[in-house]
Amino acid sequence: MQLHVSTGDGVPIYLQIATQVKYLVASGRLAPGDEVPPIRVLAHQLLVNPNTVARAYLELEREGVVHKRHGSGTYVSDAGSPLARKERLKILAERVDALLAEARHLEVEPQELQRLIKERSQSIQPKENK
Amino acid sequence: MNTSAPPCAVEVTGLSRTFGSKLALNHVSLQVRRGRVFGLVGANGAGKTTLIQHLLGRLKPESGLVRVFGFDPVEDPVAVLSRTGYLSENRDLPAWMRVDELLRYTAAFYPKWDMAYAEALRQQFGLDPRAKIRTLSRGENAKAGLLIALAYRPELLLLDEPSSGLDPVVRRDILEAIIRTVADEGRTVFFSSHLLEEVERVADDIAMMFNGQVVLTGTLDDVKESHHRLILRFDAPQISPPKVTGVLSITGSGQEWTAICNGKREEAMAAAARVGGRVVAEESASLDEIFVAWAGAKTE
Repeated sequence: MQLHVSTGDGVPIYLQIATQVKYLVASGRLAPGDEVPPIRVLAHQLLVNPNTVARAYLELEREGVVHKRHGSGTYVSDAGSPLARKERLKILAERVDALLAEARHLEVEPQELQRLIKERSQSIQPKENK
Repeated sequence: MNTSAPPCAVEVTGLSRTFGSKLALNHVSLQVRRGRVFGLVGANGAGKTTLIQHLLGRLKPESGLVRVFGFDPVEDPVAVLSRTGYLSENRDLPAWMRVDELLRYTAAFYPKWDMAYAEALRQQFGLDPRAKIRTLSRGENAKAGLLIALAYRPELLLLDEPSSGLDPVVRRDILEAIIRTVADEGRTVFFSSHLLEEVERVADDIAMMFNGQVVLTGTLDDVKESHHRLILRFDAPQISPPKVTGVLSITGSGQEWTAICNGKREEAMAAAARVGGRVVAEESASLDEIFVAWAGAKTE
């Protein structure tokens, strides 16, 4: 599990870790049942306080992204959970925002953009599904 | 007496100290809880080293109280020093000794010295046992100092500017040592630094010092959550920084200015509105920004 923390921008480190794990789960790079590194291991890897990693894991556990198995470790929960879908949509929403901003910059109306998305979507669909 | 373990590894209450006419420490109070990493942040000359010297019993409080694990470091130095591993800012190791001699020499002082752990650290740090201390590079010198501070597994690790002047590889070794120390249950780290990036990574609690005073102390999370960065926009360009009362600092130019405020964000927003500023964005401030804002507020 490759994460990256930075300290310049004011986002608390535990939140950076939690967000990145969610992203990895939502994007499929962490699959349900995968074990996330033990707190100490990740603390060493990222050079952050173990309590910070513990807080990130607690947050993820509370939101149902991961769960602890007694006496063993922390594992990624079922990706079919509503949260994973919510997170996936959130990732897409950021992309859509960027797209809308660019469209506005290029003076393309949202309706026109919608038409374009539909058109592109049809053109990249496999033939047999048409 | 100390029959039950005190919850604090370090307790400083109303500590003051003068050097000549200079007030080096001005009613300093702070508490370092057991099992936590405490980062003491301040510019050069803020009084960090003077405070640490008091914790080691090398300076006697002029007024105020210093307790380390409940002991007075001046009255009971053995009780304090046998529990404390210390890395000094200038790493004053005996230059004429070889690395292996330094280890054996230091081991003699500490009944709890762990030779196997010391040897493991020596190999990890890549220190040649036959090298003379005086021939070591700056980074190797720091590692040797860190090694002898760690090898008896002290309950309290006290580091005075551990990373200053070191390259990133050695700084990484030092951060790893801090993390390993707290990961071992119950042990405590107190370190001073002006490298806020490192403090933000490893500290549970912090205190900020300016001119001998602690202006801010608390958990790192609380400090970060209580400080806000407000981006203010004005209808007309401002030639000089707008006077927004209640904010720590205001920087910028033209129509956009950045204010850092502590806690009272509604008041700050209202004060900004009175001088014609609208808040267009609000974000959490980085430790770096918080420090600079306080530094400015305290030296004006």
